[in-house]
Amino acid sequence: MSAFAEPIAAVLSQSSHISIATDVVASLQAVTKRYRNGVVALDGLSLELQRGEIVALLGPNGAGKSTAVKLMMGLTSATAGVVRIFGADPRFAGNRLRTGVMLQVGRAPEMLRVREHVEIMRGYYPRPLPFAEIVRAAGLEGIEERMFGQLSGGQKQRMLFALALAGDPDLIFLDEPTVGLDIEARRLMWAQIRSLRARGKTVLLTTHYLEEADALADRIAVINKGRMVCAGTSAEVKSMGAGTAASGVSGTGRLPPNMAGVKLLKFETSLTRESLLNLAGVERVESDGARVTVTSSAPELTLRELLALDPKLCGLEVQAPALEDAFLALTSQD
Amino acid sequence: MSTATVPLSYASTNSLSRIARIFVRETRYEFVRALRTRAFSLSVIGFPVMFYLLFGVMNRGEAVHGQMVAKYMLASYAAFGAVGAALFGIGVGLAGERVSGWLELKRASPMPPLAYLAAKCVASVAFGLIIVSILCAVGIFAAGVHVSLTEYVGLLGVSVIGGVPFACMGLLLAMIVPANAAPGIVNLIYLPMSYCGGLWMPISMLPKWLQHAAPWLPTYHLGQLMLWVIGYAQPGEAAMQHVLALTGFALLFLGCAWMAFARADADA
Repeated sequence: MSAFAEPIAAVLSQSSHISIATDVVASLQAVTKRYRNGVVALDGLSLELQRGEIVALLGPNGAGKSTAVKLMMGLTSATAGVVRIFGADPRFAGNRLRTGVMLQVGRAPEMLRVREHVEIMRGYYPRPLPFAEIVRAAGLEGIEERMFGQLSGGQKQRMLFALALAGDPDLIFLDEPTVGLDIEARRLMWAQIRSLRARGKTVLLTTHYLEEADALADRIAVINKGRMVCAGTSAEVKSMGAGTAASGVSGTGRLPPNMAGVKLLKFETSLTRESLLNLAGVERVESDGARVTVTSSAPELTLRELLALDPKLCGLEVQAPALEDAFLALTSQD
Repeated sequence: MSTATVPLSYASTNSLSRIARIFVRETRYEFVRALRTRAFSLSVIGFPVMFYLLFGVMNRGEAVHGQMVAKYMLASYAAFGAVGAALFGIGVGLAGERVSGWLELKRASPMPPLAYLAAKCVASVAFGLIIVSILCAVGIFAAGVHVSLTEYVGLLGVSVIGGVPFACMGLLLAMIVPANAAPGIVNLIYLPMSYCGGLWMPISMLPKWLQHAAPWLPTYHLGQLMLWVIGYAQPGEAAMQHVLALTGFALLFLGCAWMAFARADADA
């Protein structure tokens, strides 16, 4: 994965690890968005969505996730850079017939029924999904006749998801889709998002839930302060995060190439901290009582030496770094 | 509706009829939604009717300068009702949907933007027509006012055309007023503007200086057009003057609303 030594923008456009499809559905090319009050929401961000993939845009509040989505929906225009949807300007009306959107909406008109909301949205598209299919996909069975104002938080969220699906669009934007959903409803929505991909649809979702990005996305783009911090598959992002956390690399965008494949080794040993640090590939050693956690960039080498040195080593676990750790490590460095 | 081999002309008429259906559906549901929102429908219909019962029906048989008060007020409260339907339906309604993010979702959808505005305008006009009809019924049966069919149709017509500048004013308010304060602010504009425009009591009963100031208010001109229908307009002023004045107000409000929208769009 030496590609990760290169500037992130180049990495993204190459996407060497994606083999599903090659045609670009939507792209941001070096896009900067500066609001009139001087706030820079996006700073030279590049991102490409390929047909049939799920991309998660991950970042802390104020990172620029929603601005990126709004730009791609043509709700606002870029200060610099190029935004393309289906090869055209995002404000081109024809694009809208092929896109579906779920935004964080505080309140939809409360005195309309679920059925009415869905029918109105279906009517905007030339070839919408059948009503029954939308209801089933969004888990709205039995509440079709309820007023929006009578729905619970999770039901409201599911109705907004239904609106995004209604037109059977090729490209779907989901802004924090599972906020307020219980675990069962969240899994149902995940399954639906995966089935969209299975039908060749492209999905861009923003999320706070790292677990969600991990579970769903083919690629994760971590952004912070309007810039790409890193991008790649879930596994790549994790190892990059672990790498930065372990070696204390600072500065965004460039990460050491040898950090892919990082693993956490947890075990109980009588070896000293110093001797552990001398093992091949070891980046960091933490101990919690008898239990030691070693971060290694060459876990196979480390393990071989480790087991030879301490025959009584026990309780061994080998873990990939959690996405959460990676995310925190990547977005906390400035 | 096979889609594979439709000729182009059919495809375009198909999409035209699809767009027409979008307009109709959007309008129907906007009206249904407004009707179901009791806080809106009861007050927008209820206030002019209640005021008319209080001030019009109570004064049945009274006349000022040879004009029957109950008939004058039938026309002026018809104007009051049409203005309320436009300002609350469009102004308060749109402000709420703008702030909640619903408008943004609509804009991101393939909905023709005009369908959204047209639905709001037609729904508020429909409320105006309902108000005129109820007022006429109350006038005829409770206040002993004679309303000819021509007069009734004339009042309906003025309600439709006269609603336009206030729809534009509602648009402007929706763009510049914070949503949580919108109902209060709209009332603060609506009620004084109606009183000073001569919609609550015959304009000849207002203080002289207010009578001179009234032509600067759009409510005055709408009121005068309604009164013109029943032959009670201020002497020496042609109906065309009021139509021109209302057109001017409509353009002014629409222009300001457009500027406010462009400004908000740049900030988006």
